[in-house]
Amino acid sequence: MATLTIVQAVNDALKSVMRDDPTVLVLGEDVGPKGGVFLATEGLTAEFGIERCFDTPLSEDGIIGTAIGMAMNGLKPVAEIQFQDFIFPAFDQIVSEAAKLRYRSGGQYTAPMVIRTPYGGGIRGGLYHSQSGEAYFCHTPGLKVVVPSTPHDAKGLLIASILDPDPVLFLEPKALYRSVKGEVPEDSYQVELSTLREVRAGDDVTVFCYGAMVPVAVKAADQAADKGIDCHLVDLRTLLPLDEEGVLEAARRTGRVVVVHEAPRFCGYGAEISALIAENVIEYMEAPIKRVTGFDTPFPNTLEHHYLPDERRVLDAIEQVHSY
Amino acid sequence: MVDAAALSVIGPDGDAGGHECGLSDDQLLHCYRAMLRTRVFDEICMKLQRSGRVGFSVPNLGIEGMQVGAASALEKTDWVFPSYRDFGMALYHGVTPLRMMHNMFGNGLDSAKGRQMSVHFSFEEPIHFFSISSPIGTHIPQAVGAARAFQARGEDHVCLASFGDGGTSSLGFHSGLNFAGVWKAPVVFLCQNNGWAISCPSSGQTASESFAIKAAAYGMPGVKVDGNDLLAVREVVGEAVGRARAGEGPTLVEAVTFRMGGHSSSDDPTRYVPAEELEAWGERDPIDRFEKYLAQRGLWSEGDEEHVREDALAEIDAAAKEAGAQAPPGLETIFSDVYETLPDHLRAQGEAVFDLSRRKGEAAAGGGEFPL
Repeated sequence: MATLTIVQAVNDALKSVMRDDPTVLVLGEDVGPKGGVFLATEGLTAEFGIERCFDTPLSEDGIIGTAIGMAMNGLKPVAEIQFQDFIFPAFDQIVSEAAKLRYRSGGQYTAPMVIRTPYGGGIRGGLYHSQSGEAYFCHTPGLKVVVPSTPHDAKGLLIASILDPDPVLFLEPKALYRSVKGEVPEDSYQVELSTLREVRAGDDVTVFCYGAMVPVAVKAADQAADKGIDCHLVDLRTLLPLDEEGVLEAARRTGRVVVVHEAPRFCGYGAEISALIAENVIEYMEAPIKRVTGFDTPFPNTLEHHYLPDERRVLDAIEQVHSY
Repeated sequence: MVDAAALSVIGPDGDAGGHECGLSDDQLLHCYRAMLRTRVFDEICMKLQRSGRVGFSVPNLGIEGMQVGAASALEKTDWVFPSYRDFGMALYHGVTPLRMMHNMFGNGLDSAKGRQMSVHFSFEEPIHFFSISSPIGTHIPQAVGAARAFQARGEDHVCLASFGDGGTSSLGFHSGLNFAGVWKAPVVFLCQNNGWAISCPSSGQTASESFAIKAAAYGMPGVKVDGNDLLAVREVVGEAVGRARAGEGPTLVEAVTFRMGGHSSSDDPTRYVPAEELEAWGERDPIDRFEKYLAQRGLWSEGDEEHVREDALAEIDAAAKEAGAQAPPGLETIFSDVYETLPDHLRAQGEAVFDLSRRKGEAAAGGGEFPL
């Protein structure tokens, strides 16, 4: 076991899988000798050569378009999009091409690839270095969407994503890149996709969260515990395909649900969780489902700490559904 | 019209001036048949569309020489990334009309399992004829990526990415050519300048003096060729393929041709194509021209076209009848191939469809049941 940050765990996963499988390669802007703007790919070019970890021209459309071509022809590309905010020129390639290729070709052509990208706020990045765009992609059949929140999961989920036969969007919570440390096995291992992580067990209120909102929810749950409210905290970690049964079971357990994400509320991921629960287990609900989210505004810079859900807002929601 | 900068080989009278094309007599006749079969396939598809038997078609009239000339420069181990107007390349390389007709009807034997519109073919043998996407230009960077995979494995295969003049305005054209130039990727970019992107003339796509000249900006050669001259296209594409195979990088080929039909079965080109332009290009028909060339070589005489046409009509008509009689894909194909393994939520949605069919009997029977 080593104690790693999330960004180190990502790096460790890439090295681990590249050592095991010569068809895995890394491409993106500044991922080569520099090692990426967050150093997630540090040392890869030195160890594996410039043919397996290389810089591309500055074109997200080109990065994803060429990665799809590599993937359909026997390679396993891991493409980095420098910030998730910059992914939209590649939206067409991701949504209309990678995600639909297996389906539209009757399985003749597939795109087994991973798109890694740092997402979310908390680094004073303003409108274009802070967004959480998961909802756009979760609306896309054929894609898998994964969001780790711990170093252990970052490594295990990334390896599982690279080995997965379908295209995976791997959203890395950049606010946690260096702020969270944890024990990570040195050997290669996988964390199965489409499984939930129970962060803590509790019987009073169920809190669903993912990515950078997990530590926020943990703090809120700690404070709730001081007030005698026992939270059941669930890290969704794969948003698509979701472990729906697991979500329903966790919702039934307490009958009181809070969903937390930093993306805007309207048509956000929390709406899907809420609808899923309402459609299937509404008779178990003791209180209205509460969402704690970013606002339906662009992402602000100076006041980002007011935009991002914090433990005050999460705790407030927990208390409201608990006392309903 | 084709300008002087575009290479031609076959003159209006069929004289190729001793040009050595590297094809045997049999291969030349194969090219001829492939062009005519493409034309006949096209005619039958348009009739099927007009009679309401298939939903959509894309006329190929006038560009058969460009397609077959380019295809003849490829080996079966090369990959074609086609536009939606390239099925002559598939026919040339041995995809049967029957397999193509399964796609036209979207039936249960269609390689795309009825999920795509007609003429959106996908084949992986006898040549990789990559699954066609309707959005324009998306396949161009994909061809570059597939070519890079060949490079990575040290294989000398080549990708041919084909698109129209409108495609040169797409994001994918820029990123694809730019990446290919930087990587020296083994790709041939074939721009079919057929005069019109639906109703927008080429002059509305670019202020460049040509499409071929755009190659200079990406650090690769750009060559303009008479697209209605099968041998000229073969010559130019063949040279580009040779460069790519030898590790010398990509080439942009502009094949100047003309779309004699509409953009699609839904289009009425008489609303925007000047009649005199159509007439002028009608004089330059690629099949007529190739017939004259074959005649000069003693490989063609009056009546041959009728024979080839009759054979093609019989074969393709039979294919249409057979494909039209097939059952549609099973209901389960709505849900399969979204992912390699069927996720629980799709299984639940599929089972709900079957359950409703059992209870209400409303959905058409398509056969097939889970597990997939």
